[in-house]
Parts: sequence; structure tokens; C-alpha cells
Amino acid sequence: MTKRSASLTVTAALALFIAAGCHKKAAPPPPPPAPPPAAPAPEKPAINFFTAEPSTVSSGQPVSLRWSVTGASTTEIDNGIGQVSPNGSRFVNPTATTTYALTATNPGGTTTSSVTVTVSAPPPPAPVPVQNQPTAADILAKQVQDLHFDYDKSDVRAEDQPVLQQDATALKQIFGLDPNFVVTIEGHCDERGSAEYNLGLGDRRASATKDALVGLGVPGDKLKTISYGKERPLCTDATEDCYARNRRAHFSANQ
Amino acid sequence: MRLTIILSTVLALSGFVWLSGQQISGTIENKAGKPIIAVPDFRGGGGAAGLMAAFNQTVANDLQSSPLVNFAPKTQYPLQVPQQPSDLVPGVSQPGARAYTPDGRRLTDWSLPPVSANFLGLGYGAEDRGQLVVFGWFYSTAPTIPTLQQAQAFGKIYTATLDQNGAVDAGHRYAADILAQFGGASLVGTRILFVSDRTGSKEIWVMNWDGTDQHALTHYKTISTFPSASPDGRIVAFTSYAGGNPNLYFISIDTGRKLPFYNQRASLNAFVTFTPDSKRVIFSSTAGGGPPQLYMANVDGSGLHRITSSGAIEVEAKINPKTGADLVDVSGRTGMPQIYHMNLDGADVSRVSAGTGEATNPSWSPDGAHIAFAWTKGFEPGNYNVFVMDVASQQTIQLTANEGRNENPGWAPDGAHIVYASKRGRQSQIWVMNADGTGKHALTESGSNEKPVWVNAEK
Repeated sequence: MTKRSASLTVTAALALFIAAGCHKKAAPPPPPPAPPPAAPAPEKPAINFFTAEPSTVSSGQPVSLRWSVTGASTTEIDNGIGQVSPNGSRFVNPTATTTYALTATNPGGTTTSSVTVTVSAPPPPAPVPVQNQPTAADILAKQVQDLHFDYDKSDVRAEDQPVLQQDATALKQIFGLDPNFVVTIEGHCDERGSAEYNLGLGDRRASATKDALVGLGVPGDKLKTISYGKERPLCTDATEDCYARNRRAHFSANQ
Repeated sequence: MRLTIILSTVLALSGFVWLSGQQISGTIENKAGKPIIAVPDFRGGGGAAGLMAAFNQTVANDLQSSPLVNFAPKTQYPLQVPQQPSDLVPGVSQPGARAYTPDGRRLTDWSLPPVSANFLGLGYGAEDRGQLVVFGWFYSTAPTIPTLQQAQAFGKIYTATLDQNGAVDAGHRYAADILAQFGGASLVGTRILFVSDRTGSKEIWVMNWDGTDQHALTHYKTISTFPSASPDGRIVAFTSYAGGNPNLYFISIDTGRKLPFYNQRASLNAFVTFTPDSKRVIFSSTAGGGPPQLYMANVDGSGLHRITSSGAIEVEAKINPKTGADLVDVSGRTGMPQIYHMNLDGADVSRVSAGTGEATNPSWSPDGAHIAFAWTKGFEPGNYNVFVMDVASQQTIQLTANEGRNENPGWAPDGAHIVYASKRGRQSQIWVMNADGTGKHALTESGSNEKPVWVNAEK
């Protein structure tokens, strides 16, 4: 925080310096004498420049207003900035397109100048998830369940047909919600077979699962397959329960 | 039979007369028909003195663990042992003579009982300009050889670093030279590839044949496994998830540099075997859809053609290193994985494993006469042991039992040793044994280590 305000101060000082420099450059010769036939009334103040940099921002981004006025008794900027010194700068953070008006006044009259800072449309608001409408990732995590397989087998078991049906429904819902969503079907094996054969078996399990889902109307181009063989077990106990858990087709979001 | 021929040739060339069977005593002989070798302890002077125990132990281990020779027990040696050729006295021992005691200075003092050795190794160590220098000689003890000069098979100088590692290295080299006299290919200088998870993820590692200098070849921080080596010892091929799905990677074994290989677009490309000329490969791929099948390609992946169309899982192809014309692989074409034999074009398929249980991880012996493999014969699924099959007769012998799960046997280039993975707790380690199942010892202890492959070429 300290660092940021320090850097802001430095920037402001720099801006002031540059503004002063510009001023010098902008008006090297003294202004030509006012038209001689003029009335004796005092001259109105002159606004040498009034700029906003950058002039187009997105909401909340800082904009540097700079100005230079000569011959004014009061110098004001609207939009809540108020009275300012004749030469200066100020950071503003408009949240919508804003026109800033600089008003310089002396007994001779008033001079105004304005700049408009265009605030571009903010990025589309993050989709605020409606409480009752889960995202594709939610559905994948909560509704798409693993399929399980018999030892050395890759066909979807009869008792897993309801799970398959439910997965197909959920996957179709996912792809309806998010057409860019791609799901990877991972084929896994228990630790008993050889790692080499299991790499092939895991590929069969992932592939058989994909085929079964496509048969139920899930778009095949949204389903990728990968075999992890027995390289990524869920558990490592030498029990039939653990073996059975590891013989699975698991669904994950494709990175 | 083959060994006998080699032996006769070697011995004939060396000018030996091999008196088959005559000196072999039944009590010492544990490898039938193999020569008995005596090597009394080498002694050393200077900085070598404290290192000779390591040298002597290494020589004894290497000879004891070789199936080519028998090592005569040191407890039976004469008290006076020759240390250099000038200590030897020509002539034949006269055990019948009254005043004679076998002091060890005659070669025949070693060929007679109780030592009954056919050959004698002798020598000593010294320190020379900061290095360990071991002088090693090797003699036949046959009484029919008339002169000491003719009895000497070799005399060599072994220079090594003046420390324990140097002494072990010199011992290995001396033992290898002895075994070379009996047809043994030396393992010195050969390396073993393996997979280790000790950095947190499975990477391809390499170590020397005796377990020294273990280091990682890959650093992909994912799953990299199933290494294989080209027969010329230059290329390591392996399977990695570094790019998402399992694909093949080829690297230089010396530099680790990646070599070009075109992977087929497939859910799986894995398990490489090389042709004997190291120019072509066979691997498993799902490029054609369906279960992984065997494909052949050039070593850069070009020139692909399919070998099998079995409709079943085809993995672990291993090309016969002797013929280069046939292969074995593991197939599920009749149910549980079994080992099948076929020609390189996929024709003439026959099952070589018995058909019971699960047979996997085939590895050819260098002469193509034997296949080592892992089999669950008579055990529950997953309870693998290492077996060796004689290809011609299909007879098998079991090399491991009751020592955990043992798999991925790989033959050493000498055809006399087998490296394998043994899981005796939660973690797997790399072990080596003689091809007859004796002399088992672990080479690794850190992390979990698996998939050993002996590189069939020296560094």
C-alpha cells in the first residue's frame, strides 16, 4: 500500500513537471498583444490545455487529468473535484463515461473547457451462478459417476447400466450448458495384472465406456479417452474391495 | 552343449588340456561339470593394504555368483600361497612322498584334494603414485602341462582409484577376465535402465551393472515408464504422459537428448522393442482403433505398418535378438494374458506359455534359446514369479518363490544373469540373480524401483 501511494506521488510529481515543461513549450513567445481596439474590460482567463490521459479506459481504471490556466482567480473542475490550482493534475477513476468541465474565472469573465473520458463497457459480468443451476463442472463432479469393471474385463457390466444411463443424461446436460466442455474418460486397473497389459486394459475400459455413452446419444467428439493402467490407483490395499474400486472408468474435465 | 563347445575352443586356444571330470570332487561342485577355481586372498602394501579385503570379496562374489565356474572354499587352501609367478615352483606334487607337505607353491598343490581346483588365480596389490595397482595372474593347475609358462592363461595389471570403490572395480575386472576364459561375457561397463519414483514421480533412471552411479535420465515430472534399450546401447525408448496421453519418447542414453520419433495419433503408443540392427522398432498402438496392436516402424517412427489384427490386447513385443526374424509378445487373444510367438510379419502365431494363470513380461536370452518371464502359475492373480523357459522344449524352471511379487525379468548380456523387480513390501526394488536362480541380491533401496532392462552394450 505504501509502495503504491509512493509511486502515485512520484507519478503525480512527474506529471506536474511534464505539464510545466509543456506549458513552457506551448507558449514560448508571449501571447501577441490583444487586439488594440478592445474594450478596457479585463481579459478573461486563458485555458492553455485541459487533457485526460488516457481518454478511454475500462471501468475503475485511473485517468490523469492535467490542466494549465493563466490569469484565473479561481479554477474549478466539476464532478466533485472542486477548486484546483491553475496548473495541476489529478487522478480520477470514472466508472462510467464522464465529461469533466474546467471552469476558469476572473473579474473579466469565465472560460470553460471540457474533456470526456470514455469508459468502455466492462467485461461481461462473471456469470453469477444461479443457486439452482449448477455449472458443467458441478454436474461432472456430482452426477457423473465412475463405472466399474470385472477383473481383466472391459465391458460395461449389466448392473452398471443405470449408472451409465445417468452418466449419459448428465453428460448431455453438461454439453448443453457448455458447448466447449470436453470430458476425459480415464481407464484404470487394479494392481494385480502387469503394468504393461493393464495399460492396454485401461485403454479398453475407457474406450468401451465412450462407445456405450455414444450409443446413448452423448456426442463422441466431446469425449476423450486415456489409459492410466494401474499407475493412478485410488487405494493400494491388497483387498478385493480396493481392487474393485480401482477397476474403473473415471470422468474428468479435459484440461 | 553350446557352453561346452565354447569352453573347448577357449581352452584349446589357450593351450590347456581340459581333463574333464577328473578333478571335480562331488563335495564342492555345485555347478555340475563346471571348473573349480581357487583364488587365495591378494595382499597389498602401502595404501593398498586396507583395500584388498574389498578386492578379494568382490572377486569371490563374482566367481561364486557365476554359473560358469565353481569357487573353491578358501578354508581348504594351503597356508602358504603364491602371490606372484616367481613364488611358484615347477613340477608335480608328490603326495605319496614321505617328507612332502603341499605348501601351495606347486600348481598341483591346488589341483589335489582338498582344494581340487582346476585353476588358480593369484596376485597382489600395491600403491603406485596415488593409485591402486593390482597384479593378477591366472593359471591352470593341470599336472599334464609341462611348464609354468604354458600353464599361465593371463597376467594383467589393473589400475584403479586408491579407495574402496577402486578396489571393487579392480575386483570386478579381474573376475571378468577369469570368467572370459570360460566363455563368460563381461558385465563390466554394462548398465541397467529402470524406473524410479524417488524424485516424486516415475522417471527413467540408469545405473551401472553393479548398482553404482544411479541417476535419472528424464525429468518430466509425470509418469515415464516402460524403458527399453537399442541393442547398440545408444537409444533409450520409453513411454511417457508428458504430452497427455501415453506416447513414445526416444532419447540418447549418454546425453539424455531427445531423438526424433513420430508418434501415431492414438490414445496409446507404448512398449518399444528394437530389431538387432537398432534401426527399426515394434511397438503397441491404438492408431487403428480397437485394442492396442503391434506396429513396426523405422526408429524415427516413419514407414509404419501394422503387424497384428487380433482384436485383443497386444503388448510387450520382444524381437528375438538372435534371429531378428521372430518375436514374442503378450496377448489377451484367448482370455487371460499369455505369451505368444510369431514372425515379424505377424504370421505363424503360436502360444508358448502354458495357458494357465497370467504369463507376461517375456525377455529373450541373448542367444535366443531361453525366455525369462513372469507367471502366476499356481498362485492368485498378481502373485508373479520369474520363470525361464527353454524355447525349443518349452520346459520351464521357476527362479523365484516365496519372496514377494517378482516380475520384469531381463537378461544380462552374458546370458548368465537376470535382473528383475521384486516387491517384498510396499515398494519394489531391482534385484539381480544368476540365471539358475542363485545369488539373488538387491541393487536399489531408495524409493520404489521397477521395470529393469539390461543394456546389451558397454558404455
